[in-house]
Amino acid sequence: MHALAASHLRLSVNGLDYVILALYFLVVLGIGLASRTRVKTALDFFVAGRSMPAWVTGLAFVSANLGATEVIGQAANGAEYGTMTVHYYWVGAIPAMVFLAIFMMPFYYGSKVRSVPEFLGRRYDGQTQLLNAILFAIAQLLIAGINLYALAIVVQAMLGWPQWLSIVVAGAFVLFYITLGGLESAIYNEVLQFFVIVVALIPVVLLSLKKVGGWSAMKAKIDASVLGNPGLHAWRNTGFGSHNPMDASWLSIVLGLGFVLSFGYWTTNFAEIQRALSAKNMSAARRTPVIAAYPKVFLPLITVLPGMLALVLVPGLGTSFQYNDAIPLLIRDVLPNGVLGLALTGLLASFMAGMAANVSSFNTVMTTDIWEPFVRPGRSDEYYVRWGRVWTVVGVLAGIGTAFLASTFSNLMNYMQTLFGFFNAPVFATFLIGLMWRKMSGKGAFWGLLCGVLGAVLVYVLSLRHVIDLGSSLNVSFIVAAIGFAVDIVVSVLVSLVTRPIDASRLPGLIWGTNPDPGSAALSRAGRQSTIVLGIGVMLIAAILYIFVF
Amino acid sequence: MLMRLFDLRMIIGVLFSVYGVILTITGALDGSAEIAKGQGVRINLWTGLVMLVIGAIFIVWDVTRPEKVEEAMTDSATTE
Repeated sequence: MHALAASHLRLSVNGLDYVILALYFLVVLGIGLASRTRVKTALDFFVAGRSMPAWVTGLAFVSANLGATEVIGQAANGAEYGTMTVHYYWVGAIPAMVFLAIFMMPFYYGSKVRSVPEFLGRRYDGQTQLLNAILFAIAQLLIAGINLYALAIVVQAMLGWPQWLSIVVAGAFVLFYITLGGLESAIYNEVLQFFVIVVALIPVVLLSLKKVGGWSAMKAKIDASVLGNPGLHAWRNTGFGSHNPMDASWLSIVLGLGFVLSFGYWTTNFAEIQRALSAKNMSAARRTPVIAAYPKVFLPLITVLPGMLALVLVPGLGTSFQYNDAIPLLIRDVLPNGVLGLALTGLLASFMAGMAANVSSFNTVMTTDIWEPFVRPGRSDEYYVRWGRVWTVVGVLAGIGTAFLASTFSNLMNYMQTLFGFFNAPVFATFLIGLMWRKMSGKGAFWGLLCGVLGAVLVYVLSLRHVIDLGSSLNVSFIVAAIGFAVDIVVSVLVSLVTRPIDASRLPGLIWGTNPDPGSAALSRAGRQSTIVLGIGVMLIAAILYIFVF
Repeated sequence: MLMRLFDLRMIIGVLFSVYGVILTITGALDGSAEIAKGQGVRINLWTGLVMLVIGAIFIVWDVTRPEKVEEAMTDSATTE
């Protein structure tokens, strides 16, 4: 996130807008207070008592990802790269979400783990669990801080509040509702945020479209803009040797974005998967990622599209204004007071929900994967709930600290965030081999994961230092993640071949070919069929949408 | 789970209804400056009406299909 020049984005907010904003924050606090009465056990606090219906967990799943990077960042990508940005959704998310639902969720949910590292602990050993937990916890703290800082920049630009004030206020809200209500509170707020942000951004898009003169006028103007005709096509200019705004070939889009990066992120990122683990039964857990995929497939309409509209509506976007300003500038230009307050509420809600997802997954991993197994095992349930709350406080305070750090070293933070993005690829490799190959050992998993992560870090640092040249930034992320993935596999397999495999009696329910949920075989069959049908449906929608923007 | 004091559908329904009322009234009273900024559209009015409809749908959904207590109990039994 870059610092926005303060004054040009200033909105003319009035009392009405503040009333709308205040009402939302009152409801957020209310949800925290109401959830509090329901948190009785650690299971309530960390997986919302496994009581949520599928539509709630599904929307929370997509909402946890609809934070700062998504709304502001994908609009910025839309303005910079044009139509090709949809690849982040239709190739870079949907297939992985469907894969997660059909092939992996039965094992996550069926094994009754409370977190992703805990699954690794079950399948392999405590060492692997601890390594994954520590990497994840550090990444979440950093990303929480970046979310918070992004919020502070937008609030400063749009409302004129000093950065420290919005960092502290937003941190305090998140602290309040997660400390009290745990995951249920976070999930309820995410679902609410989802509806508010969608309803808030639709008027921005429709009015901007009217302002530009309609769909075909928009295309004509993009054709005449710096992006030119390649900005209007997703695939047409992706052959080897042809030029396109992302500098990416179809191969790197499909393999890099569509496989290594996307499968790594969507199938192992606990901040999202935690939502599915709170589902009330196997069938709901399985449907969670596919239900999330349906809104996800249409999100470019309120993220990428406004970015492209801003490019042709706001002279100087990309030169005198930053691409990140795209949505705030449109809001400033087309919304009168009233819907203006609503849009502001939607943006702030999205930033807060993003941070809340980081914090609620951080407190779970700290408690169930570090504190309980390795520091203070065998204590009472209330003890761990109390520590869940302690880690929430620590997480928010550390997030606030990171946010202030980000305001001083914003470039460094960007590199770190990119770097943490690569950690998912080796984790995915460790999962995949573990599900497929009985002989994968605990030592193999640990060393594979460690070397995969270190390999990715090394290559990324070398490319940052220009020791090696990997091309465009998309190619860098693809290659770095692919190296992490490959190193993990090679090391895991080699070490597993020379170490003792995991005791076979432990494996049922943790690898493919075994029943993940012996307790309710009938139920999981029913969930399986509807998940596959829904999954094929959403893949077809993505394919059809591609035809329109080919 | 018998202590289910509130349901997410009701929260969304009520908040959207309140927003709907506020925006509809604002939209009805909007002057030419607001309409001009909204590209000739009474955007507050339209957004307000849409939010009222969404709010009503959530409230009706919650009232007609309240969370079944038996279902919640079976679920918690299977998850223990």
